[in-house]
Amino acid sequence: MSIELKNVTYTYSPGTAYEIHALKDICLTIPDGQFIGVIGHTGSGKSTLIQHLNALIRPTSGSVLYNGEDVWAENYNRKDLRSQVGLVFQYPEHQLFESDVLSDVCFGPMNQGLSREEAEKEAKKALRQVGFKEKNFHKSPFELSGGQKKRVAIAGVLAMNPRILILDEPTAGLDPKGRDEILDQIAELHSVRGITIILVSHSMEDVAKYVERLIVVNRGEIAFDDTPKEVFSHYRELEAMGLAAPQITYIMHALKEKGLNVDPGATTVPEACEDILRALREAGSPLLKGGPAK
Amino acid sequence: MGIIKTVKVAFDYFKYDEDGNVQETQRAVDNVNIDIPEGSFVAVLGHNGSGKSTFAKHINALLLPTEGTVWIDGMDTLKEPELWKIRQKAGMVFQNPDNQIIGTVVEEDVGFGPENMGVPTDDIWKRVDESLEKTGMTAYRHHSPNKLSGGQKQRVAIAGVMAMRPKCIVLDEPTAMLDPNGRKEVLEAVRQLNREEKVTVVLITHYMEEVIHADHVYVMDEGHVVMEGTPREIFSQVETLKKYRLDVPQVTLLAWELKKSGVDIPEGILTIEELVNALCQ
Amino acid sequence: MIRDITIGQYYPADSVLHRLDPRTKLAGTLIFIVSVFLFHTLPGYAVATVFLAAVIKISKVPVKFIFKGLKAIFLILLITMIFNMLLTPGEELWSLGFIDITKEGVSMAVRMAIRLIYLVVGSSLMTLTTTPNQLTDGLEKSLRPLNRIHVPVHEIAMMMSIALRFIPILLEETDKIMKAQIARGADFESGNLIQKVKNMVPLLVPLFISAFRRANDLAMAMEARCYHGGSHRTQMKPLQYKSRDRVAYLVLLLYLAVAVAFRVAGI
Repeated sequence: MSIELKNVTYTYSPGTAYEIHALKDICLTIPDGQFIGVIGHTGSGKSTLIQHLNALIRPTSGSVLYNGEDVWAENYNRKDLRSQVGLVFQYPEHQLFESDVLSDVCFGPMNQGLSREEAEKEAKKALRQVGFKEKNFHKSPFELSGGQKKRVAIAGVLAMNPRILILDEPTAGLDPKGRDEILDQIAELHSVRGITIILVSHSMEDVAKYVERLIVVNRGEIAFDDTPKEVFSHYRELEAMGLAAPQITYIMHALKEKGLNVDPGATTVPEACEDILRALREAGSPLLKGGPAK
Repeated sequence: MGIIKTVKVAFDYFKYDEDGNVQETQRAVDNVNIDIPEGSFVAVLGHNGSGKSTFAKHINALLLPTEGTVWIDGMDTLKEPELWKIRQKAGMVFQNPDNQIIGTVVEEDVGFGPENMGVPTDDIWKRVDESLEKTGMTAYRHHSPNKLSGGQKQRVAIAGVMAMRPKCIVLDEPTAMLDPNGRKEVLEAVRQLNREEKVTVVLITHYMEEVIHADHVYVMDEGHVVMEGTPREIFSQVETLKKYRLDVPQVTLLAWELKKSGVDIPEGILTIEELVNALCQ
Repeated sequence: MIRDITIGQYYPADSVLHRLDPRTKLAGTLIFIVSVFLFHTLPGYAVATVFLAAVIKISKVPVKFIFKGLKAIFLILLITMIFNMLLTPGEELWSLGFIDITKEGVSMAVRMAIRLIYLVVGSSLMTLTTTPNQLTDGLEKSLRPLNRIHVPVHEIAMMMSIALRFIPILLEETDKIMKAQIARGADFESGNLIQKVKNMVPLLVPLFISAFRRANDLAMAMEARCYHGGSHRTQMKPLQYKSRDRVAYLVLLLYLAVAVAFRVAGI
């Protein structure tokens, strides 16, 4: 079970003055079960890239294979593909339309051919999995807060039981607490349901905390495809692409430069904290004296 | 009295039933007392639904207080018969860049405010030129707003407010819909206006990185001001902030964790430099 | 298909026609349309053609670009021609069973085609050389006398320019909503008419809600920037007739006089 992009190129308005090469000769394999982050600045081509994964966009050249089959072949069932590769867009306002939350989440499963009862069963399951409270099932989706709307939008795709879930900036516009809650919920979907997660994000801090593989898109090409630690070690190159590493990376590099023997590969706060404590201890730093021993 | 002063301000949202009777009232802002000196950079922090945006709309009289008083440059928003005089003193930039640009050409949009104020044509052009210059958007003056990036659109919105020559600008989550580069771009433009033009800035946000340079920070929760002080004072209280659904920049969090583990460093570290200097003396 | 419609589009270029006052261009378009109906003979159409060709030349808009706009009306043109050809009684030219093609029919069809083409080319020439804003300003100022009979001219013009700004935004949004719903298995293509209309609900509801939200935000943003209706308002780009506009009016009047003279003389 995997998605494979083979030499995918996508050009907007080919043959006109407005021609833009959004993607150039992309080769990419997404095997089952990974938690992948995709980063790139606005206009880098990352949105175009993820829309190729569930056949919303047809490549100008090259092919997209799902489980080895070409999704743009004559008789390929792309509707079925889209329920296996779920895509949640950035703004929940673009998909919520029913008068109550439960019916809205039922939309996907009913399009798959389920009866209302079966769909409701899936919908309820999905809503619970994203941490949406049962007492709000019959509320209008338009009355909800930003974080709750986001949950309903994710549930709306999750209810179709996808094998792969792509989320385009799921935390945009949320406050810090709301952001952490949604990301934790997504991480749980990955660990409990074993769904492949592809997280598109602007926040280096978020991807550093959650993903195991990080794909950096720049000018329609894949600039890096590696573990976050490895990718962030190229932080100077990331800056040249209009991106940046997490703040922690900069702190660790600055400390190392000043002579403290830390591991510059640390990318999250707990990692960094532990490593700095170790380095301070090894250096016999006077800063540690007098504090509570740990 | 500062340029913005509020005393015991409260605001209720009313929910009406079908007959037009008040069915429910919801207090969005409660007992807010602030006094902002002219020329300062003030940040208002709070999670979504904390009442910070509702409060912000009181500053340029888009909302009028249910209780209490708001003075803008000495004018009482409840007593001033011509509200647009207050709005000219206190300009406002909103969250969604697309929904606040009126003109189909950048320079025409910037001229919209002065046109409404009845400024003579020659003077409008002067103001437009100046504002575009100050926000670094001169090169885009003949462009359509639809072709600009989010950060550029917000700079056009700021230029549009500057052309009204306000004493103060209120920015209601101006970066919430932008990517990190756009966020940086907008924030730099705002800080520059504060520094060089001495415009009073009130920045409403939930991004903690944006308030580091503020002179004074207010934290709101459930309509109340629950914390206030310098960024350093606020950021040294990591746990209290978490209680209000906020967090601190990674560097502050790391310093706080290290301090908790017994490392002897000062409280409320805000920048990478400060932390590095504290750790490698 | 949508891309082929050049009516209403603006073509940026630096020409005298672009710099003319929008009111002059509005009047010019009106006069040209009238002339096309006044002329009804070959010499008349020749005059109109020369006039149109000259204006196109002055406009610096590529001819190809102007005629691309005709693609959109091709079908209407064809139908009009066929109907005129078949339904006009007169001297028989050619007969096929019950269908008669008459001499009068052919001449009528050709005349209608010329009129329709000139109408479209003439008016798209105006929109190609005038920005939407100038056009609304021009309309606002030309229609200002209607204020006296309580027609809210300023408000109508303001609504027009806001609509022009938001059409591209809403089109883009429509595309995004469609994609979000297709990702949830929505189908906007198959089914019969009733089915298709029903399938539009997941697209239209979010679109309407978004449009209302935008309207609300925009109203607030306008108020925040001191908008309080059309009174006491000044203009950044007030319309002022220049000498080139006077020349243009003179040419237009001369042209109109020729058209009237042709009609009266029966040429």
